[in-house]
Parts: sequence; structure tokens; C-alpha cells
Amino acid sequence: MKAWIAFWNILVKDFRAYYLKPPNISWGLIFPLAWTGMFFIRSGAGLDSVPALLPGVIAVSVLFGTTSLLSVTVTFEKKGRSFERLLLAPIPLELLMLAKTSGAILFGVANAFVPVVMAAFLMDLSAVNWPTLIPAIVLIAVSSTFLGLFIAVSVSEVFEAQTFSNFFRFPMLFLCGLFFPIEQIPLWLRPLSYVMPLTYGADVLHASIRGAGHMPLALDFCLLAAFCAVLFAVSLRNIRRKWIA
Amino acid sequence: MAAEDKAAIEVRGLAKRFGEVQAVAGVDFEVRQGELFGFLGPNGAGKTTTINMLTGLARPNAGTIHIAGIDCSKNPKAAQHLMGVVPDESNLYPELTGFDNLSFCGALYGMAKRDREARARGLLDRFGLAEAAGRKFAGYSRGMKRKLTIAAGIIHAPPILFLDEPTTGIDVAAARQIRQLIADASAGGTTIFLTTHYIEEAERLCRRIAFIVQGRIVRTDTVEDLMRQTDGRHVVQFAVSGGAAGLCEAIRSEFANLACQAVTGGDLRVESSDPVRVGPLVRFLEDRGAEVSEARKIRPSLEDVFVEVTGIEAGAMKQEKEKAKMGGGA
Repeated sequence: MKAWIAFWNILVKDFRAYYLKPPNISWGLIFPLAWTGMFFIRSGAGLDSVPALLPGVIAVSVLFGTTSLLSVTVTFEKKGRSFERLLLAPIPLELLMLAKTSGAILFGVANAFVPVVMAAFLMDLSAVNWPTLIPAIVLIAVSSTFLGLFIAVSVSEVFEAQTFSNFFRFPMLFLCGLFFPIEQIPLWLRPLSYVMPLTYGADVLHASIRGAGHMPLALDFCLLAAFCAVLFAVSLRNIRRKWIA
Repeated sequence: MAAEDKAAIEVRGLAKRFGEVQAVAGVDFEVRQGELFGFLGPNGAGKTTTINMLTGLARPNAGTIHIAGIDCSKNPKAAQHLMGVVPDESNLYPELTGFDNLSFCGALYGMAKRDREARARGLLDRFGLAEAAGRKFAGYSRGMKRKLTIAAGIIHAPPILFLDEPTTGIDVAAARQIRQLIADASAGGTTIFLTTHYIEEAERLCRRIAFIVQGRIVRTDTVEDLMRQTDGRHVVQFAVSGGAAGLCEAIRSEFANLACQAVTGGDLRVESSDPVRVGPLVRFLEDRGAEVSEARKIRPSLEDVFVEVTGIEAGAMKQEKEKAKMGGGA
């Protein structure tokens, strides 16, 4: 019970201190809008292109929102040494890091619905398979947040967190089948696509929005969950090795 | 067994290495319940590394730590329940208000909302910060930040408190207030582990003191026993205008039983195992063109013991630490 008081207050504190700050809210709105506009203009196919673009814009909004904010806020707190307060708290490290990442996960999920709401004005969403779309968005947010955590533990400066995030994000963007089908990616690059969590998230998004998935949904979900577990476990191990050394 | 005879902190063979550097090299000590224990040493002596190991922020390479009988290697989180920690930097959340910072720190220890808010209000009052309670921590002065950081360390009323350089880099009035707060907490039964480079602060507050140099404890004793080392030592300080250069050497060659040292401000410090006769010394100095405006008998201090035991000039240690602090170093 006492540990959950800490959990809840870490979550609330992060929302008040970071996620509900006007610049982050506007980022959450402008970013998907910019991506949608960019691909919309680029495709030249008018409103018909919206269903094809939506999975990509959802995934990009979640990926950029979560990895940026989590890696930057954790690095910022680590540098200012306020993160030590959390490490000194008598709660298990696993629960502590879940509390620390929950805010970013919720922020990522909220970001995902910005393009969905926008799309509602441009296309018919009645064919969307919500029972698969929503868990997929949540799992993409969890895996992206844990990727942000992995990045935060690997760097020591805030600017490094941003640079290192891009090292993962941009290849992921172009190789995970969001905007270009994986079949169109050169053969020698394809193995990279299959070691990226977003590939499986993108597949579920395409399946739920357009009915155009390539892999069995159960496999996508299992692999996404596995990526989440591995990224979290590796981040915890690195925290123990580097920050409680 | 009386409460004060029980060990609140028990450390055996504690060691920590960072690459080639042996930061802490087999340290042993015990702090009894309710005791105010001082841990003194220069920069890089291993004080903060020791505190980090005691509080669970660093893992020792060797040795054992027991906090109130709890083996920290086996159950660090249970031990953390009993601790309050005030780090050497004021590390609260800049974007939260003073009140919210305290309330959040209470929540980290599982305190219910009503309890932690009442306690936060009480502490803000006690620390003279009630008027600044609604202001963001980022806008606090250095002294206010330090006081709020100490308040955050005791929000959950821990029986054991670790204070790492609590008064470094703050003004005299705030430092005095903090020392009083530490003394009050100690009088209230809290076990306190205090690291400081202000030797007079340790002398005034602590019951027992350990001197640590290059990762090793060179002496642990009560303040009384440490001061006993200075029994039979007589010190007189002369305020000399016209420069003290060369005078010390002249004194040493003329008065074989006297030790002489030039100290800050051009003063001369003369020391002997026999009572120092001031008259002949003043005449001797004036004969050499110096003007003596004052001769003061000085009670040997803990600083003298520290210098004798460690071979380190306390003044140099203090200046070095202040410089590091002002420059943002630890």
C-alpha cells in the first residue's frame, strides 16, 4: 500500500512537472499535425491517402513523444541529482521505474489519439478494429517509453539523450513498414526491420485500421510484449550497474 | 541494554574502488542509537562515497553494513525506511513549490496525504520557510534551499539521519540556524551521521568523531578524548603589524622551547608545552621592528588535533571545499 502511495505520487508529480506543461501539450498536438500534413501533401492522393497514412502518424506520434520526454526528463533529474531521491526511497526499483515510465506511457497513448481524432473528420473510422488498435497503441507506447528509459540510462547529458534517441528513431521510422512496406526495403536491410519493436506495432496498426497486416496478430502482440519486457529488464540491469554502482 | 548502547549503524571492513582509485579502504565504525557522529576529512577522503554506500546509492566492493541491525546487502529497502538522507547538494525538484517538494518526499516514504501535508506545514514553520511555502524551489536562496533539503530529509521522521556537508556554501545566519536544527534533532533522539569539513561545527555538535583520510579512518574518538590530546599545550597568538615574515624563524632560534607559525592576517601563533611568557616575546618582537597590538591566549581546538592526526591543514581543506562548492563541484 505504502509503495503504491509513492507510485501514484511519482506519476502525478511527473504529469504536473513535465507532461502537462504547455510546450509538451502543444508538441503533442503540433507534431502529429505536421506529420499528417507532410505525408498528405507528399502522397498527392487527397483524402484517399488518409487511411494509409494514419498508422504511420499514430506510431510516429507515440514514438517521438515518449522517447523524447522520458529520456530527457530522466537525464535531467539524474543530472540535477533529484533522481537520487527516488533511488533512496524504500520502494522496489521495478515499481519505482514503472512509476517513472507510466507518465510517459500515458502521454504517448494520449498523443496517439490526436491523429485519430483528426482523422475522424477526414475518413470513416467505422471499419477500425478498436479492440486490436487500442492494445497495440498501448504496447507501442510501453515499448517506446522503455526504449526512452534504455537511452536515458545510457547517456549522462540531456543533449546526448536527444541525439541517441534519434539514432534509434529515424532508422525505425523508415524500416518498420509504417510508410513503406517492408517488402520494398532492400533485402539486406530487412533483418534490421525485424529487430525493431515498431515493426510489429505498425503491422497491428495497419491490420486494425486498413485490414492490411502481414503477420498474425498474436505474433505481433507477443513480440511487442517481449520487446517491452527485454527493454525494461535491460534498463533495470543498467540502472543497477551504473547508478547504484 | 540501554538504547544508546545499541548500534544504529555498524560498518565492518567497508571498501570501494573506482577503477584504479581506492575511494574507501576497509573502514570500520559504529554509531550508537541517538548519537551524533561526525565524519571528518578533506575533499576526496571518501566521506560521500561512504554515505552513498550506507544509504544504498552505491554498492561496496567489500565489507558489511548493518542499519539498526538490518543487513543492507540483503535488505537495503528495509534499511532505507529508517533513514533520512540530506545530500551534499540541495537536490529537490526546481519546478515544485517548497510545500509540494516536502509533500512529495513524504509520499516517497508511503506517508498518507493528510499526515505528510501536516508534517510539511510543521517543518516549513520550524525552518522559517512558511512564507516561501508556495514558491518554486528554483527561486529559493542557497540557504533556503539547504533548509528545505534538510526538512525533506526528515519529513518522515527517520530514526537515522545522514547529513552530508549540511552547512557548506551558505551564509553564517543560515548555517547557525541549521546547526541548531541538527542539535534539536539529536536532542530528540535521532541518530545523526554528519560529514563536514567545518571542524568547529563538528566540535560543537558531535559526540564522537572519525577522521578519514584517503579512504582510511585514522582516528575515531569522543570529542573529549580527542581534545585531551591538547592537554598541557599552551598557545598564544600575537597580532603583529609590519609583517610576520622572518619573525617565526627568529623566535624559534631564540626560544628553543617554542614552536612558531605564521597564520592568516599576519599573526604569529606560538606554542609550547610550558606556559608561554608573553612579556619577553613582545619585547623580542618589538626589538625587531614589529608592532604587537594584541597577544591572546588560545585554547587548542579540535582543528589542532585534526592537523596533528591527519597532517592536513584544516584551513586549506575548508577553502578547497568552498571553492569546489561555489564552482558547482561536490
